[in-house]
Amino acid sequence: MRSVWEDSNRLVLSALTLLLTLGLCVMILAPLVQILAQSFFDATHRFVFLDNFIDYLSQEKSLRLIRNSLFVALTSTLIVVPSAFGFAYALMRSRMPLKPFFRYVAFLPLLAPSLLPAISFVYLFGHQGFFKPWMGGSTIYGAWGIVLGECFYVFPHIVMIFLSALSLSDARLYEAAQSMGASSLKKFFTITLPALKYALVSATLVSFTLVVTDFGVPKVIGGDFNVLATEIYKHVIGQQNFALGATVGVLLLVPSVVTFIVDSFVQRKQKAVLGSKFVLYVPQKAPIFDTAMLIFALVIALFFLIVLGVSFFASFVKFWPYDLSLVLKHYDFSSMDGGGWDSYFNSLSLAFWSALLGTIAVFTTAYVVERGKVFPHLRAFLKLLALLPMAVPGLVLGLGYIFFFNHPDNPLNALYQTMGILVVCTVAHFFTASFITATTTIKQIDDEFEDVAESMGVACYETFFKVIVPIATPSILHIARYFFVNAMTTVSAVVFLYAPSTTLASVAVLNMDDAGDISSAAAMASVIVATSLVITLAFDMLSHVALKQSQQWRKAR
Amino acid sequence: MSDTTALAIYNVSKRFETFRALEAIHLEVKKGELVCFLGPSGCGKTTLLRIIAGLESCDEGEIVQYGKTVTQLPPSKRDYGIVFQSYALFPNLTVAKNIGYGLREKGMEKKETKKRVKELLALVGLSGSEEKYPSELSGGQQQRVAFARAIATKPSLLLLDEPLSALDARVREHLRQEIRELQKTLGITTIMVTHDQEEALSIADKIVVMNHGVIEQIGTPLEIYRHPKTLFVADFIGKINLLNALYRGENLFSVGKLSFSVHLEENALPVEDQAAKLLIRPEDIKLYDAEAENIIEGIVLKMTFLGSFCRLFVSINGLLENVLLLDLPHKLLLRDAIREQSPITLAIAPKDIRYFLEPTHA
Repeated sequence: MRSVWEDSNRLVLSALTLLLTLGLCVMILAPLVQILAQSFFDATHRFVFLDNFIDYLSQEKSLRLIRNSLFVALTSTLIVVPSAFGFAYALMRSRMPLKPFFRYVAFLPLLAPSLLPAISFVYLFGHQGFFKPWMGGSTIYGAWGIVLGECFYVFPHIVMIFLSALSLSDARLYEAAQSMGASSLKKFFTITLPALKYALVSATLVSFTLVVTDFGVPKVIGGDFNVLATEIYKHVIGQQNFALGATVGVLLLVPSVVTFIVDSFVQRKQKAVLGSKFVLYVPQKAPIFDTAMLIFALVIALFFLIVLGVSFFASFVKFWPYDLSLVLKHYDFSSMDGGGWDSYFNSLSLAFWSALLGTIAVFTTAYVVERGKVFPHLRAFLKLLALLPMAVPGLVLGLGYIFFFNHPDNPLNALYQTMGILVVCTVAHFFTASFITATTTIKQIDDEFEDVAESMGVACYETFFKVIVPIATPSILHIARYFFVNAMTTVSAVVFLYAPSTTLASVAVLNMDDAGDISSAAAMASVIVATSLVITLAFDMLSHVALKQSQQWRKAR
Repeated sequence: MSDTTALAIYNVSKRFETFRALEAIHLEVKKGELVCFLGPSGCGKTTLLRIIAGLESCDEGEIVQYGKTVTQLPPSKRDYGIVFQSYALFPNLTVAKNIGYGLREKGMEKKETKKRVKELLALVGLSGSEEKYPSELSGGQQQRVAFARAIATKPSLLLLDEPLSALDARVREHLRQEIRELQKTLGITTIMVTHDQEEALSIADKIVVMNHGVIEQIGTPLEIYRHPKTLFVADFIGKINLLNALYRGENLFSVGKLSFSVHLEENALPVEDQAAKLLIRPEDIKLYDAEAENIIEGIVLKMTFLGSFCRLFVSINGLLENVLLLDLPHKLLLRDAIREQSPITLAIAPKDIRYFLEPTHA
């Protein structure tokens, strides 16, 4: 074998691979191992293996929690999957007008913390809700409120799955079917649906897992209806019972891991379905169908805009719903729980650093995994580490961070209670999706670039900065935006990790709602949405400029 | 190894997991030669090229360039230029920056680099394209830029990995002659990997035919075509008729009910009743005339028009299983009014029949 030391390129790549593997081990693997280990010990640090789980699962109360979580998750999934499918189908397969508008609206929920839809539903149907007088004896607090909120929160994730699956279908199959005289219905059932079966499995699992592991919505609107996710929060924050938190956390890990495994299997299948060359499907004009799809899309868009708009509007209202005059007083957070405007600037800082460091970490990791050339086994392990966060709910990751970083023997202990740990945790939490984006982009770049450069004696990092990064700029911007927006809106992992000097806006929403200051909570949530929206638009513009500048060399012949 | 040897490969082997990619490869390339690695996909030709380039390591063996062992050296420390099938031109850099990419690295002045780039562009017939981007060029033009980039640093060895297969047939034919002329003018030792036998036959000084990770034969195009050393080479290069035969003595092989008179080769003398395969190129089968030997009769089953000539599929009387392929010019077919289902009389000169002996059991 060739010695590494003689070859500077290999030296650089080897060092990077080792460094990144070590980094991801600390950021992802160690906290996870810690929480798993914790769940096998009792309060006196005695190894009890599965006893914690057996104890927990034998309680009547726990079984009720699990039943509740299952009910909410299954119901939301049953509603979201068909409606998201319909929405994606309308976007891809009809010629309804206003498609760009609908696309934007469908992705709006991504810009808000999951607490926001719940707050809106409280405004609409809660104790002082707008529609309260017409609701008779029924209440929004509980299972149905949670389901409504979760539908809003999960919808864009599921639409995305269907959009990408629908964009893969081959027009030639439809032309062939048409030439054989197949009806639209027959085409749908023999071509469209079979091609979507993997996406359907994916969508169902992802929806189920997102709902089971979300705690923002049930926290705000759940009332006495408790679920597993809120339970962890109560154990850890309310009672400081970390051991029990770990046990419930590991239980939450189960559906996520199952989803992760099935999904990666399904993804592989989906790829096998794809031919090397396919012709893009272009929908034909069909007035009745197009109108039906338009009405459907309008109903959903309206629902979304109302949910977002209510919180926004209510945050300016003097005393909902009795005095609707507009005031700004709810935006004065100084007398509130949660850290006031400082928490907003903390959030901005967290979002900035996560976007910067996260993008660098993700893109370098993806590059090394795809093009590293050295240590093939270590790179396979690195890839696994990069994919792992997808399988870990934020609450579980945050809890793992407490166990790992707060351990007195850990030299990284100094990070605890700083902005640093929030950045590290956020980068880890949202690593996988951006890693997949980066990997896809790098895969599309000719791998002979590196070979050519190497044969000319050009260092690998030079080619990386001069060629690879410019080609991948749009995707790099996309990743940075993703990190920024998620860092603004996330609650789950960071809720365990913030300190008095590092309070966050999204957590402030939670705390203000908890303290009964729902108008201020809505105000802070609106500030978050507005910021995310501005950042999204700014990044879109930046991408546009970047694309325009590189138009000369990007244009296909 | 002599002074004229530019590259020598000794006993190179490579495995991927359990797959034997290359087995004990021996090869010498002379200075200024154009050598083609030819073989079906998966035969190991690209792997061998990548090992020469240092982009892949070999498990065993040695690679020597001008007397210097380079087996352990990284690509950057070896002396060669390379062109890939995909061109691998950096899309975000202009033509000038692409060609100058390695020059600046070697410490060349900016002004000098500019001059060299201009010179190279003139050489490949693309003067004035400095500021264009690769996407603004046609496939053939992109390949010329890739070629200019590969020879920019004046390497002593040029490696071409299927450089023409992404182009359409006409451009391909034109460009391969151009590459050959440039290569001769520059006198640069060149190795080209290809799966296109026509390409190899038309421009190579020497062809290395590979299959399943071993070298089947090394020779000039004519040697490879006229004197294939193995059945694989005979079958892979051009069209050929293969007949199972038995040696009957007195220069005669029997095939079915027929017998063929053959010129025996001194280093492959058959014994009586030894099994063999007879090899006859389609163009070596002639229409019968008075002085011919090995006369056979048959019926034309099918005729395929192939431009300058016609390929006939003839079922031969007395040869139940074999259908012979033969190529005849249109003129002759018209003269003798030969069409499908016509009876036909053919002849094969003994010197045009080659044979491979099966091992005897004795």
